[in-house]
Amino acid sequence: MRSFVASAVVNGLLLGLALISVFPLLWMLSVSFMPAGAASALPPPLFPRTPTLANYQELFWRAGMVRYLTNSLLLAAAVTSCSLVFNSMAGYAFAKLNFAGRQRIFKALIGALIIPGQVAMMPLFLLLKHMGLVNTYGGVIVPAMAGIFGIFLVRQYALTIPDEIIEAARMDGAGEFRIFSSIIVPLLAPILASLAIFTFLGCWNDFMWPLIVLTDDKLQPLPVALASLSREHVQDSEMMMAGSVVTVLPVLVLFLALQKYYIQGLLVGSVKG
Amino acid sequence: MRLSAIAWGFVAPALLVIGMFFLLPVATAAVLSLTDFDIYALADLRNLRFVGFENYARVLQTPLFWQALGNTFYFVVVGVPLSIMVSLGSALLLHSRLARFKPLFRTALFAPVVTTLVAVAVVWRYLFQTRYGMVNYALGQIGVHPIDWLGDPRTAMPTIILLAVWKNFGYNMVIFLANLQAIPEEVYEAARIDGASTFQQFVHVTLPMLAPTLLLVGIITTAGYFQLFAEPYVMTQGGPLRSTVSVLYFMYEEGFKWWNFGTASTVAMLLFVLIFAVTWGFTRVTKNEAGA
Repeated sequence: MRSFVASAVVNGLLLGLALISVFPLLWMLSVSFMPAGAASALPPPLFPRTPTLANYQELFWRAGMVRYLTNSLLLAAAVTSCSLVFNSMAGYAFAKLNFAGRQRIFKALIGALIIPGQVAMMPLFLLLKHMGLVNTYGGVIVPAMAGIFGIFLVRQYALTIPDEIIEAARMDGAGEFRIFSSIIVPLLAPILASLAIFTFLGCWNDFMWPLIVLTDDKLQPLPVALASLSREHVQDSEMMMAGSVVTVLPVLVLFLALQKYYIQGLLVGSVKG
Repeated sequence: MRLSAIAWGFVAPALLVIGMFFLLPVATAAVLSLTDFDIYALADLRNLRFVGFENYARVLQTPLFWQALGNTFYFVVVGVPLSIMVSLGSALLLHSRLARFKPLFRTALFAPVVTTLVAVAVVWRYLFQTRYGMVNYALGQIGVHPIDWLGDPRTAMPTIILLAVWKNFGYNMVIFLANLQAIPEEVYEAARIDGASTFQQFVHVTLPMLAPTLLLVGIITTAGYFQLFAEPYVMTQGGPLRSTVSVLYFMYEEGFKWWNFGTASTVAMLLFVLIFAVTWGFTRVTKNEAGA
C-alpha cells in the first residue's frame, strides 16, 4: 500500500513536469493553426476550431520565411562541416600526436573556456569589418569554424583509441593523414556525430552574434528574423506561433532522431578532464 | 621531428581560427576598453584616443550600469539555485525505481533544452499575456486577479527566470542522472542496513557523492546565467522601467546601438572579471570545505 502511494507520487510528479515541459510547445503548435485573432478569446482556446494553414502561407509567401529558413540551414550546415574537420583534426592531434608544447597549449585552451564569448564581440566586429565580412554569411561562419569545446570533445574520445592501432598502420607505411582519414575518423564516428548535432543546434539557436553581424535582413537566420518580426507583429499571435514552429521544429526533430549522440556529447563535455 | 611538423599541421587550422577570431579579439577588447573608441573612430582611426581607466570610472558611475548589474545578479541568485533544484529533483524522480516510462519522461523533460530561445521567448510572451494569456486564465480559475507579468517591474524578471528555468533544467538533469546512476548500489545497501531512511540516504549518501558534480554544474550554470541577453531582448526590451536590462543588454546597446566600443569593451571586461571572480570563489569555498 505504502509503495503504491510512493509510486503514484513519483509518477504523478513526473507527469506534471512532463506536461509543463511540453505544454508551451504543443500550445505553440496548436495556435499556429488558428485563424488570425482566434487565440485572443476568453477562455483562451486550446485547439483551433477551424484549423488553417493561413499563417504559414502568410509567413512563407509574404514575410520571406523561405529566405530565413534557407539562411539558417546554410549557416548551420557550413559551420557544422567546417568545425567537424578542424576540430576532429586538432582533437586527434592533442590526444595522439606528439609535438612540442602540446600539453601547455591544450591547458591554455581549456583555461580560455572561462572567457565569455561576448568579450570578443566588439574587436571581432572590427576585424570582420576590415576583412569585408560584416553583413555576409562569412561573418557568422568564419569565426565559428573551430572551437575549444569541440576540440576538447574529440580529444577526450580519441584518448581511448589504443596506440597499437596507429603504430601498426605506421609500420604498414601509411602516412599520418591517411591514418587519420581512413582509420581514426571511422573510430571517432560516434563522437563526431555528437559534435555535429551539438554544433548544428548551437548555430541554429544562436542569436546575439548573428543579430550583430547580419543587419541586412535578407541574410538573417530564423531567430534574428523572428525577433524582429515579433516586434512588428505584436498583435498577430497566431502568425508568430507559426514562425516559432518553423524555427523550433527542425532542431526538435533532429534532436529526437539523434538523441543518443546529443546526450553522449553532453555527458563527455560535462566531465572536465 | 617530421612527425612533430605533421602534428602541427593537424592543429594549425583550428588554432588559427581560435587565435585569430577569439583570443586576439579578447586581448584587443582589453586594449579597446582603455580607449575612447566611438562612432568617429569607427569612421577614421585617427579619432581614437587612449584614455586610461576613464571608461571604467565612468561606467562605474553610470546608474544604469549598476541597475543592469543588480538585475543580472537577481537573475543569477534566484535563477541558478532554482534551476539546479528543479534539475536535481527531476533527476531523482527519473532515477527512482518507482518511475515508469523513463525514456519517454526523460525526452519530454529534456525537449525545452534543444528549442530555440528566441522562439520560446515569443511563445512565453503570449502565454503570460495579461488579457488572453493562458497563465492568467488558469490563475483566474483559482481567484487570482490578472497579473501584468511583463508590464510590471516587479514581475518581469521573475517571468524571465521562469522561462530560463523551464528552458534549461533538462540539461543539468541529464548530468545529474548520469552521476546518480554511477553511485554503486552497495553504498545505499549499507546505509539501509544501518537503518537510514530515504531522506537520510539522500543527505548522507547521494549529496556527498554528487558534490563534485554539483560544483561543476553550479559553476557552468552561473557563468551561463550571467550572460543573460536574448530573453529581455525579445520579451521586454529591457523594460519595464529598465527592470530587465542585463549587463550584456547594456553592453549591446552601448556597443551596437550607440557604437561606443570603448565603453562596451569596458562593460565586457567587467563582466568577465565578475564571472572569473565568482568561479574562483566557488572553487575556493569547496576546497576549504573539503580541507576541513
